[in-house]
Amino acid sequence: MMIKSLRFRNATLAKHVVRRIRKLAPKEDTLKVCHVCGTHEWTITHFGLRTLLPTNVEVIAGPGCPVCIVPASEIDEAVQLALNDLVVTCFGDILRVPGSKMSLLDAKAEGADVHVVYSVGDAIKMAEREPDKEFVFFAIGFETTAPSTAVEVLKQPPKNISFLISHRLIPPAMKVLVEMKDLSLNGFIAPGHVSTVIGLEPYEIFPKIYGMPTVVAGFEPLDVLFGVYMILKQLSQYKPCLENEYVRAVRSEGNVKAQKLMKEVFEVVDGNWRGLGTIQSSTLRLRKEHEAYDARLKYDVNIQQSSVDIPPGCKCHLVIIGKIKPTECPLFMKTCTPQKPVGPCMVGSEGTCRIWSKASRTNLN
Amino acid sequence: MCLAIPARVVSITGDNAQVDFGEGVLREVNITLVEAKVSDYVLVHAGYAIQVLSEEDAQETLRLWNEILEAEVKINNK
Repeated sequence: MMIKSLRFRNATLAKHVVRRIRKLAPKEDTLKVCHVCGTHEWTITHFGLRTLLPTNVEVIAGPGCPVCIVPASEIDEAVQLALNDLVVTCFGDILRVPGSKMSLLDAKAEGADVHVVYSVGDAIKMAEREPDKEFVFFAIGFETTAPSTAVEVLKQPPKNISFLISHRLIPPAMKVLVEMKDLSLNGFIAPGHVSTVIGLEPYEIFPKIYGMPTVVAGFEPLDVLFGVYMILKQLSQYKPCLENEYVRAVRSEGNVKAQKLMKEVFEVVDGNWRGLGTIQSSTLRLRKEHEAYDARLKYDVNIQQSSVDIPPGCKCHLVIIGKIKPTECPLFMKTCTPQKPVGPCMVGSEGTCRIWSKASRTNLN
Repeated sequence: MCLAIPARVVSITGDNAQVDFGEGVLREVNITLVEAKVSDYVLVHAGYAIQVLSEEDAQETLRLWNEILEAEVKINNK
């Protein structure tokens, strides 16, 4: 019998840990703890965790929304394929993310064949059912999603489906954040679900090289509070290290099989992130032996126009790195709303602006 | 997208498993990436199980939390 999740939401334990956090918080300096996962942001905002923390302990949201950081140029590629009479299959979150001129939803409104699927496997089943049509799967997502694409590529799906690979890796983006001097971070809450796949080793550089306390945390409110507490404890003892709070899901070696399949199918290359620019060794590309499934090569995808990642007035590039809160953007809930999003952070359910738009004002601090 | 949901494995057929997300919500997911048995709890992300959850480790988390806090209380009472 699985433990009831309610035990991970025990209010008395939460009060105790908050009291500990308050005791460990510095008297004057401000501490900035950064997480890089949309689901962490949801937990923090939904449960109003920021309101429980001392005002000088800030928890900021980094680039943890996998659709927000897909650059407009890659949306443009998917749109180009969709407008060229291919069936484009994708996850629902990416549908409304703006490209330079239009989103995939706009393309669909113009008659393009765009289908939302639950998984890459469902896209392949569609291709198998309709062998006369050409399909493309828009493969977005971090290390949590990339292994599923690898599984299907290795199974050699039918030749009428190919992949527009847009997978990205989290640790290289964390490295960019830690090196941003003006962001002055004091600790990382590492993403629990990405860590189930990659394990702990990729985070070791943060405490070792940058002296940055790093704690892999789960997604219950108590997981996040304990994550903050463990970081504060490390800081108070001047002993930055890597700790795993989410032991019920994250093994130190990660999911070795998933890592092996990813290595077999993908190579790591430099890539552009919306709001962050080019990050070294941060995106995946199909290896040469699998390039028959690469939609970019198969259909000679070529985006001519320069793409606009951040529309005028939009502050998503600052929200994505946690430099400002969504409420500090002049467009937030005025011209940019979930019904009519301007920037990518208001689109996906894991976008910081989208999460904040749904939160009660009293839960935001 | 990075959301992963725990589910209990009900039955296994090859690379696929019927899983229960709770309250009777059943769905077929792919279990190629994990070594899962019937009645294990798996973490499901976009139709693929990415890790097997351990009840022992979940108990360990709760025990550890209590232990950390108790240790703190003792230190502060000294």
